[in-house]
Amino acid sequence: MTATVERGGAEIGKARLRKEDAHLITGRSRYTDNMVLPGMLHLAMVRSPYAHAKITAIDVSAAKASPGVFAVLTGADVADEQGSLPNAWPVTPDQKAPNHPAIAVEEVAFSGEIVAVVIARSVAAARDAVELVDVDYEELAVVMDLEEALTDNVLAHTTLASNKSATWVFDSAEAGTGSSIADALLNSDVVVERTLYQQRLIPAFMEPRSTVVDPTGEQITMWSATQIPHILRLMLALTLGIPESKVRVIAPDVGGGFGGKLQVTPEEVITVLAARRMGKPCKFTETRSESLQVGHHGRAQVQRLKISATKEGIVTGLDVNLLADMGAYLGLITSGIPVLGAFMYNSIYKFPAYRFECNNIFTNKPWTDAYRGAGRPEATFAIERMMDELATELNMDPLELREKNWIKHSEFPFTTVAGLEYDTGNYEAATAKAVEMFDYQGLRAEQKRRRDAKETVQLGIGVSTFTEMCGLAPSRVLGSLNYAAGGWEHAQVRVLPTGNVEVVTGSSAHGQGHETAWSQLVADRLGVPFENVEVLHGDTQVSQRGLDTYGSRSLTVGGMAVLAAADKVIEKAKVIAAHLMEANEDDLEFASGAFTVKGTEHSTSFGEIAFAVFSAHNMPEGVEPNLDSEATFDPVNFSYPHGTHLAAMEVDTETGAVSVLKYVCVDDIGVVVNPMLVEGQVHGGLAQGIAQALYEEAVYDDAGTLVSGSFVDYLVPSAPDLPHYITARTTTPATSNQLGAKGVGEAGTIASTPAIVNGVLDAIRHLGVKDVKMPCTPSRVWHALQEAKTVEGVQ
Amino acid sequence: MASSKTITVDVDGVTYTDDVEPRLLLVQYLRERLGKTGTLIGCDTTNCGACTVHLDGVSVKSCTMFAVQADGHQVTTIEGMAQNGKLAPLQEAFHQCHALQCGFCTPGMIMQSASLLKENPHPTETEIRDGLEGNLCRCTGYQNIVAAVKSVADGVQYNDSGISANVDLVEDQRAGVS
Repeated sequence: MTATVERGGAEIGKARLRKEDAHLITGRSRYTDNMVLPGMLHLAMVRSPYAHAKITAIDVSAAKASPGVFAVLTGADVADEQGSLPNAWPVTPDQKAPNHPAIAVEEVAFSGEIVAVVIARSVAAARDAVELVDVDYEELAVVMDLEEALTDNVLAHTTLASNKSATWVFDSAEAGTGSSIADALLNSDVVVERTLYQQRLIPAFMEPRSTVVDPTGEQITMWSATQIPHILRLMLALTLGIPESKVRVIAPDVGGGFGGKLQVTPEEVITVLAARRMGKPCKFTETRSESLQVGHHGRAQVQRLKISATKEGIVTGLDVNLLADMGAYLGLITSGIPVLGAFMYNSIYKFPAYRFECNNIFTNKPWTDAYRGAGRPEATFAIERMMDELATELNMDPLELREKNWIKHSEFPFTTVAGLEYDTGNYEAATAKAVEMFDYQGLRAEQKRRRDAKETVQLGIGVSTFTEMCGLAPSRVLGSLNYAAGGWEHAQVRVLPTGNVEVVTGSSAHGQGHETAWSQLVADRLGVPFENVEVLHGDTQVSQRGLDTYGSRSLTVGGMAVLAAADKVIEKAKVIAAHLMEANEDDLEFASGAFTVKGTEHSTSFGEIAFAVFSAHNMPEGVEPNLDSEATFDPVNFSYPHGTHLAAMEVDTETGAVSVLKYVCVDDIGVVVNPMLVEGQVHGGLAQGIAQALYEEAVYDDAGTLVSGSFVDYLVPSAPDLPHYITARTTTPATSNQLGAKGVGEAGTIASTPAIVNGVLDAIRHLGVKDVKMPCTPSRVWHALQEAKTVEGVQ
Repeated sequence: MASSKTITVDVDGVTYTDDVEPRLLLVQYLRERLGKTGTLIGCDTTNCGACTVHLDGVSVKSCTMFAVQADGHQVTTIEGMAQNGKLAPLQEAFHQCHALQCGFCTPGMIMQSASLLKENPHPTETEIRDGLEGNLCRCTGYQNIVAAVKSVADGVQYNDSGISANVDLVEDQRAGVS
């Protein structure tokens, strides 16, 4: 797949090669850990080996005397200034949360929690001294399991009366969006009940988190491997009691985030504290082991589900009861993740009744928070697994069952049982295309052949349809859910004297290709060459307003702000063009970068106007010599990308080995700016979703120690572990933004996990296997097959 | 503090002589002592491949070698891949095939791919995937990386994208670098 680079003309829809690549492929990268500042000191963290303990004494004398060490700080040393790390999403008014100091003072609640920091002249000297810090702990009982935590027999924090942080409920009968779930469960022909498990995942971005803080100027400057420079700046100021205007945050090159860098970390706060105390620049870069151990995790839910239906397969209701593992603390939006999912359990379907309850529970593990899809993959997995269970119960083709229940193309806009208004969608078109590309009937025939022949390697077909609330988000909706911030995004378009353009965006790129896509948007709008647009981002001194990058919101919110700002530039330029051309504004049209008097050859180019504004020799009366414009876009609704994913899975019934024979996905993400970037996002999303289904899990022992604490044990799939993806798109434009775009970053992750697991189960269900917990490793599949044989033998 | 050792290493065509601690890893030497920050550190267990460089033309993970072990050897990093200011074919292919997103795995991927193609100039897709097993990427799902490597193996000629590479410091010393 190679894109042809064209020059000029309409830019929307063009597979432009990335502007971002040049420095990254030549080794001129600017990741935070590459930075060296004069006099810079290095930090290393002393971390608790215990998952739950009281700190009874800390002796730092030997560490302080170690060569190259300048200081060692404990929680007690910074107790007055470190504040408590922020939770920006208290989901209920009575939500309980422990105080969250960057350096623990009295009690540690997960393995790896920081108890002291060493500040030294080199990383090696700092790490050597960490070994010399002598901490006395009094071990406390740990609670790791969610069901166990619910009993409160063991508390994750001695300071809390219960492990329950909050209970959040949505009931369609009470909300007026649907009928009663109790009635549905009571009066339906069929009720299927299952408990499903969302294992704990680790975002595992390739660049370990790193922070450099320079305290020497008027402003404290922080460079950090973060997705959220703007939010981080605000939160650091609030947490540490520093005036916001005294903090500047820069996200230089950032090596992936996937939600994992949507956080205000203890390490960032500590690096600020250390730099201020020493009066010198300080750097902290985590090791991969630290990253896996203490960077926030994702998923980690128990899903207790009931789905009811008529015997014809019309779904009448869904009841969801979640236990969501917060871990030991509430991070930035920890508590909101399951709530985000609450609106997506009905997916593309028309249930009349829906109830959702989640209990947010503390355990002695690192906290969970956003990870690619953030709540929506969990919801989609649950409903898509349940649709397959229901199809099995009714002996119906899983695609047929879905079609019976999904919202028809003619029924949009559609208000769902969860209270969202889906503006557009065409599930029929996406599914038909996927079925054709996949050769659904042919593979079903092959499946039957293998079953009849009792072949060792069985074939399963996994179906997954999905939609997603994307483009986070209308600020008023976020407000109604008690989220502390808005969901708008800001952009500024600056016109230089030569007619070149700078775009300042509040989005914060870390691999998505913003610089390329935003250049296309502005080139398309203003008619300036793609090469003449410069995109500036990720520095709060350059981009003063922004809400950063997560939740597939960049194009649908940030991109729309760019377009709106560009439109304002044209409006401003028009007044000046009319004056320069001695024409009536109404007689001018703007196209291909020039104003032309309708019906004549008389035109003035954008570049000429830019210079005329710069010189300001001849401006209309009362008009400022300035074309620069800014816009803040707050969407009226979410956008709703959707798609149909089909997986053909082979399962070796003798070894339990699982492999993907064929993977087809058809996504509808509305209007596309750059199909090459879109394709890349889909591939990456699929990889992470397939990884949850087959490979990845954060595993703990009973003492609360992470067993899968390195890339040796935590299986991030490599190239041979993943299939070749067959992808396509349908296009149903969104109505919630002027471009009709919907967002793509999370789509692959959300849809692929249930497609794979449904496929695995479809291959071996006829052998008596009812479920396999994720990840579906050969060992687990093999054990499930053995168990089924045993049960069959008994019967 | 351990006693230091004097080493002489040819890195990207330039000869460096330095005193290093025996425990200094090659990747730390490249990044911290030589300022060659194109080579990256992604893990501490030799799994991710972000630090891959060539030692005498063969790929190695520079996080799992001591700098002292490179004494008397020739090292090529991502920063030495371009020739005479022109991108290496793999660099151009990664750009043209959208084989990178955040870019963190990219230097290691390019170095490993170069080594792979040297060993097996016409690999199948499966052979490419197997050859890249020691390099992790979290962004791309690998498909475009595989396509980029395949395109170079197939001799696909790309139009020059106009990306300028680093200017060679000592061109005449670079004859042996491939």
